[in-house]
Amino acid sequence: MIQFRSVTKHFDRSDPALSDVSFHVRKGEFVFLTGPSGAGKTTILRLIHMQMMPTEGEVRVSKFSSRKMKRREVPELRRRVGYVFQDFRLLEGLTAAENVAFVLECTGTPKAKSEPRVQRLLGQVGLISRARSLPRELSGGEQQRVVIARALATEPIVLLADEPTGNLDERATAGVFDLFRTINASGTSVIMATHDAELIRRHPSIRVIELEAGAVVFDSRGSESAPHAAPRSVRPESAPGRAVE
Amino acid sequence: MRSVREATQGIRRAPLLSGLSITAIGLSLFIIGLFALTAHNIDEALVGVESRVEVVAYLEEGTSEEVVSVAISEIGGFPEVEEIHFVSKVEALYDASRELTEFSDVFSDLEVNPLPASFEIRLREGSRTPEDVERVAERLRGYDFVEEVRYGREWVDKVYALRRIAGGAALALGGSFALGAILLIGIAVRMAVLARSREISIMQIVGATDSYIRRPFLIEGLLTGLAGGLLALGLTWLVHASVDRTLLSLSWLPDLWVALGLILAALLGVVAAGRAVRREIRRIEAL
Repeated sequence: MIQFRSVTKHFDRSDPALSDVSFHVRKGEFVFLTGPSGAGKTTILRLIHMQMMPTEGEVRVSKFSSRKMKRREVPELRRRVGYVFQDFRLLEGLTAAENVAFVLECTGTPKAKSEPRVQRLLGQVGLISRARSLPRELSGGEQQRVVIARALATEPIVLLADEPTGNLDERATAGVFDLFRTINASGTSVIMATHDAELIRRHPSIRVIELEAGAVVFDSRGSESAPHAAPRSVRPESAPGRAVE
Repeated sequence: MRSVREATQGIRRAPLLSGLSITAIGLSLFIIGLFALTAHNIDEALVGVESRVEVVAYLEEGTSEEVVSVAISEIGGFPEVEEIHFVSKVEALYDASRELTEFSDVFSDLEVNPLPASFEIRLREGSRTPEDVERVAERLRGYDFVEEVRYGREWVDKVYALRRIAGGAALALGGSFALGAILLIGIAVRMAVLARSREISIMQIVGATDSYIRRPFLIEGLLTGLAGGLLALGLTWLVHASVDRTLLSLSWLPDLWVALGLILAALLGVVAAGRAVRREIRRIEAL
């Protein structure tokens, strides 16, 4: 469903942000994207979301290809790819429900259909009782749930999450992560960029793609034949890892 | 509805800049309005002048009554001709002595009437431009019995030149001010876009189309332009009313001109906003 084929991304003449990256994410898959800051995690998410185009190679998302993408097609792609940020990016003057309804309004959903859908989405993320609260009246975990509800509003086939638990405490992190698992169980693919080695370690069944200096240095799908293999970021000092070709 | 609400919010968010834009567009169109008022009143005056435009064809000495009679029906049939009046030699002398009373002694002492007979020809409305007059004169010169053709050509030409100058000046001065107005509206809209950059970036992320994002800003430009147009209309009307009351009688602009002026104002606003918003939206996306 999502394919990176020899993708290289340069921002300027310095070293590439991504270098010859290839991987494939299947429909309904959950993927951790990990690696140190500046490794290229966010660049990958932004390329999937077509906020930028690769310098070389091709990114394919469902029927959309970065090689053939026209500007007018970008909104259609983005309705199928939800995006969750670490810093929430909610509209401060709108309530939780209005923040979700805003997306529906922007994408042309009639008001009569929008209201029940907002209620359903807030129910899905466990925030019915906070529907009328402004973002500043919500905890970090609750704000992130509103963001997730907002990202789900267009019924995306894939949810991209850029360090979604980076600003949350342990309890909120667990709650938000469980929510992602539930969403994934209903068939939506999830690609989560995270630094959280502990989170990755606690969920060994989830695929991990590890990046370093813009290159994929580990992909747990490629290491299924070596179950003891683990990404560098979560591996004990002595354990062997394996980079994917 | 959302677009209109957000557009008015945009104007309220930066009232000073919006006010400046409205003033700039208002002034540019006010200048155009003043010249339009001048041009329109010259037009009105020209209609009066033109209605008095007469072509006079002086006839050769000894032109027979039969020739005169045939010529009257032939020339009266020209499409441009409204009326043809034959002035005999006797009538010409009588008119001259009546109009030039200081020479009445001279006229009474004349043994031979030196004044020629003539045709006085009035042209139809719509056929009184210098080109029409010249065309009719040229045809009259083609007759053997016509000695000379006269009309107030130079004067008509001058009035027309004045009108052209008024039109040209309106375009040049109004155009320069309009450019300034476009720049100011551009700045106002850019500021409105920046004030809503977070909202716009979220719209882009969730898949709102460019046209959906642009619409409120285009409406803001349209409203700003329209407000400027109304300001210009008000100022022009004030000038018209005060001149009409104190100096000379002036006609107000035709409804069509007023409507076109308001449409032009709205278009100026939309074009200026469109340029600004397109650039800013792409910049936000690149962040």
